Formats: sequence, structure tokens, C-alpha cells
Amino acid sequence: MGLRVGIDLVAVDTVREALDTHGDAYVRRVYSETEAADCKGDPLRLAARFAAKEATLKALRAGDAAVPLTDIEVRRAPSGAPSLALRGAAERLAARAGVRSADVTLTHERSYAAAVVLLELDERPGQALSSDHR
Amino acid sequence: MSAQVRQIVAEHGRLAVDVESLGDDASLYEAGMTSHASVNVMLALEDTFDVEFPDEMLKRSVFESIAAIDAALAQLEVQAV
Repeated sequence: MGLRVGIDLVAVDTVREALDTHGDAYVRRVYSETEAADCKGDPLRLAARFAAKEATLKALRAGDAAVPLTDIEVRRAPSGAPSLALRGAAERLAARAGVRSADVTLTHERSYAAAVVLLELDERPGQALSSDHR
Repeated sequence: MSAQVRQIVAEHGRLAVDVESLGDDASLYEAGMTSHASVNVMLALEDTFDVEFPDEMLKRSVFESIAAIDAALAQLEVQAV
């Protein structure tokens, strides 16, 4: 088993700018319908989800792969605990990397939102260290 | 096209440096453009040029530099014809 971690930090102002300038077009291009419904246009919550998407791409070592951000979804359990759901290109990258499970945590304050994503892989740590890190 | 692209990058890219100090091939990411800022740049490009970046172009290298964005827009126009 191996582990991969990804982290990202987002300035909430950049999300606010996108909402002010592009409105629904921005939300549709970046967030799933579930995420849009969960966030109700709140820039803080959207920023945290954007950070989770980027943290996931880093953990997957996506490099220059084409991955629509809507392929990576943050879901909320009734308890409030977040989880990740991958589809499309993101799901294919995860399968190629041997991802067995994923976990995500989100945080935000007034100006910044951040996320950490942890992926559990099928491979042993020794294999992870010697594998090609593309 | 480059002048308009530069204007959009200046307005939405949140670079740490003046975009006019960058060459066409200079990395916008190294100049401070974050992932989210690149989304704002993409949406502004779509509005300005009335195009839509398809899924296969939603990758880091497409927005890497002024030259890369120019090339992507040229490709979109060719496909639209």
C-alpha cells in the first residue's frame, strides 16, 4: 500500500471575482450540480471545493492531463463530513494510479480556503518510491 | 490576438509581475498565475472571443503562456470553421 497527498490554497477573492464576472457560467464549468446546490453561491464554500479539486489533481500527479474540474466532486455526508467522488478523466487517472480510497478535508477563513487530499494506493511504499512520478 | 490576450491575462491572471514584462513564451504560472486565476482567464477568453474550450483543452499547458493561449485560440477558430 502507498499513500499520496495533495494540498491547495485558494484566495476567496478570485472566486468572488469569477462569480461577479461570469456567474452561473463559472459555476457550471467548475462545479458539479451537487456542489452548486451544496454551496448556494457562497464564495467561501466554492473556494474550499476548488482547493479540493486542485489538491486531488496534485495527489493524482495529473501533470498536463486534461481533467475537467467537474470530474472531481466534493460530497457532504449528513454529518457534514466531506468525501470525494471521481468520474471521467479523473476516475481514469485514479484507476491508473491504483487508488483504493481517498479522503479529503477542507478549511476556510475569510480570505483563504484550503484542502488536503489523501489517496491510498494499491502499490507498496517501495514501489511508490521507485515509480515514475508523472 | 496577442494584445487582447495580454489584456485579459493582465485583468484576470493576477500575476505578480507586469504582463508587458513577459515574453510570449514566458510561463504565466511562474509569473504567479494560480490555478483559479487560470480559470478566470479561460472564462474571459471564452467571453471575448466567443469560443468554448472543450474538455480535452482543459489542461495546464494550454494556459501556460501568451503564445500557448494564442495557439489554442487559433486551434479553436480553425475547428469552428
